Amino acid sequence: MEFLSQVINGLGIGSIYALVALGYSMVYGIVQLINFAHGDIIMVGAYTVFVILVMMNLPLWLAVLGSILFCGVAGVLIERVAYRRLLVHAAPRISLLITAIGVSIFLQNLYQLLFGSDPKSMPKMFVFAPLQFGGVQLTSSTIINISVSVVMMAGLQLMVNKMKIGKAMRATSEDAGAAKLMGINTNTTIAFTFGIGSALAAVGAVLYCNTYPQIKPAMGGLLGLKAFVAAVLGGIGSIPGAMLGGYLLGVAESLTNAYISSNLTDAVVFGILIIVLLVKPTGLLGKNTREKV
Amino acid sequence: MKKRLLAAALAATMVAASVTGCAQSGDAGSQGSGDAAGGDTVKIGGLAPLTGNVSVYGIATNNGIKLAVDEINKAGGVLGKKIEYVPYDEKGDAIEAVNAYNKLVQDDKVVALIGDVTSKPTIAVAQKAVKDGLPMITATGTAADITKAGDNVFRACFIDTYQGELMAAYAARKLNAKTAAIIYDNGDEYSTGVANAFEEAAKSEVITITNKEAYQSGAMDFKTQLTKIKASNPDVVMIPVYYSDVALIAVQAKDIGLKAKLLGADGWDGVLEKIDKSNQDAVKDCYFCSQYSAESTDPKLQDFLKKYKETYKADPTLFAVLGYDAMGMMAAAINKAGSTDSDKIISALKALEYKGLTGNTTFDENRNPVREAVITTITDGKYKFVENFKK
Repeated sequence: MEFLSQVINGLGIGSIYALVALGYSMVYGIVQLINFAHGDIIMVGAYTVFVILVMMNLPLWLAVLGSILFCGVAGVLIERVAYRRLLVHAAPRISLLITAIGVSIFLQNLYQLLFGSDPKSMPKMFVFAPLQFGGVQLTSSTIINISVSVVMMAGLQLMVNKMKIGKAMRATSEDAGAAKLMGINTNTTIAFTFGIGSALAAVGAVLYCNTYPQIKPAMGGLLGLKAFVAAVLGGIGSIPGAMLGGYLLGVAESLTNAYISSNLTDAVVFGILIIVLLVKPTGLLGKNTREKV
Repeated sequence: MKKRLLAAALAATMVAASVTGCAQSGDAGSQGSGDAAGGDTVKIGGLAPLTGNVSVYGIATNNGIKLAVDEINKAGGVLGKKIEYVPYDEKGDAIEAVNAYNKLVQDDKVVALIGDVTSKPTIAVAQKAVKDGLPMITATGTAADITKAGDNVFRACFIDTYQGELMAAYAARKLNAKTAAIIYDNGDEYSTGVANAFEEAAKSEVITITNKEAYQSGAMDFKTQLTKIKASNPDVVMIPVYYSDVALIAVQAKDIGLKAKLLGADGWDGVLEKIDKSNQDAVKDCYFCSQYSAESTDPKLQDFLKKYKETYKADPTLFAVLGYDAMGMMAAAINKAGSTDSDKIISALKALEYKGLTGNTTFDENRNPVREAVITTITDGKYKFVENFKK
């Protein structure tokens, strides 16, 4: 029974990793950029919830909606200001990466300046009584985390595979030059991808605040790193892969804590990553793409 | 062109943000008093980080010391002379601290030292002070090694292990606990120190430790550890970590339905401010020890807190209170010794019984303070004084 509880604990945190990993994966899929500022978008989302819910004392739905919109816009804006010029001029990959790190540091410092570096506490958000199945208890936050992440992934998968913008995204990802020739506005498509990725990070932020009622400017660092690991584990560029990676990471952490040693959590988790990459360098669900000559 | 301007503007903002982020407001407490004419004063040196990363602690401690000096001087000083307090800023750095120490001894010729504030520089300075045989009291250095340096090194604050032992005794004798679990931050010396001491002391108090769970600094998910603890259903859970982690752990413990009483040490101070009102019932059944309580009715302490607020326009912290007491102890010892001779002051300190803001203090054989700790609980979103407790 305890084993099942621990697996569910792992899925709860894994859902948040998964939502954040989706953003990494989508952006990487389309422009091959590891957007290290993505973790800090979660922080931006969390502080937006804090501002609307606590400082302005407005209703919860407004805070959630506001946070998602704000992050979506912020994502588009960051792409426009920091990355587009580099992308259009086909700057070396390393320049993009360094810019991403710069944006990350900028966001952390900006929020530290605005709100101070000490943690802020969040109120209760979505609460209902825990469900009991035999000896296994499901807390409200775990149920919400798992179900929201599944719904989000399904929606995203539907959008990418069925909708026109999804087709444009796939085309841009496959071959941006050819897509442009076919009349696809690749700039808009890339901006849209950043926006959607950031909006998903905001959803992750809302779940985060609901589960761990404390936020600080540096919170995106470790969370972003773990989500990045989840994305790589699942196969970066793949949507189901990001989800799978997130859940696996969460469960691996939880089970290591529970049955091996809480002193070794990170060692075991990153050990798994190394083994997976040795055996399958593209990640669990990654596609084997050969460089075209 | 427009794009380039935009990029430049962004870069400028970034630079501005990072520069402002690091800016330190330097306020080296200038303390030089005018009547420092030769033998008319008793010079006591001070070392504290007044600028730099840990300046919060240094400034508070230094302010507390200065209030004590004012009070002692108003009441006639020591040995019929006024105390001249000579503080130096060591910026939280061990090398700076040793340099400042040399200056205090060679140039200022101080008869005693109050300092340092944080553990690392204090250890460095203590090693020097042992060679000189200079009586020194650190107000707030908690590392056990500090007073092991030698016979002349004392401290005013509890050491980490003492708090662990104290809470184990409290759990057994006052809360009738038979079983206990521990959850601690294994990347933090304070946390591991208190946790190990609690575990060790639990044996002699006949408490069974059901779980000892660690987590890594910066973790925010504790459900796994708490689920394990819940399964063994202990009477109490010892959580010797700092307040912002306590806030997260307590709320998750409530979420998963853990019923045990929560225990903590002085790192809990400030936890209420880090838990939103809607979650504060998570810490309603808790007990933590600290070195003083602002809710205490002791008129001397209340008077100090008021005076501190008026003088410095800031809320007094434990550091200020301990700074005040450290200076009080040193002054009392010099008076008792009847001279400024180092050896006489040291013997006087060893035999000292001092009644200060933190209670009645004597020193044990390791020159650590022995006194009652304050046990605090939280009810209705307020800290509440429970009792004074001594092992």
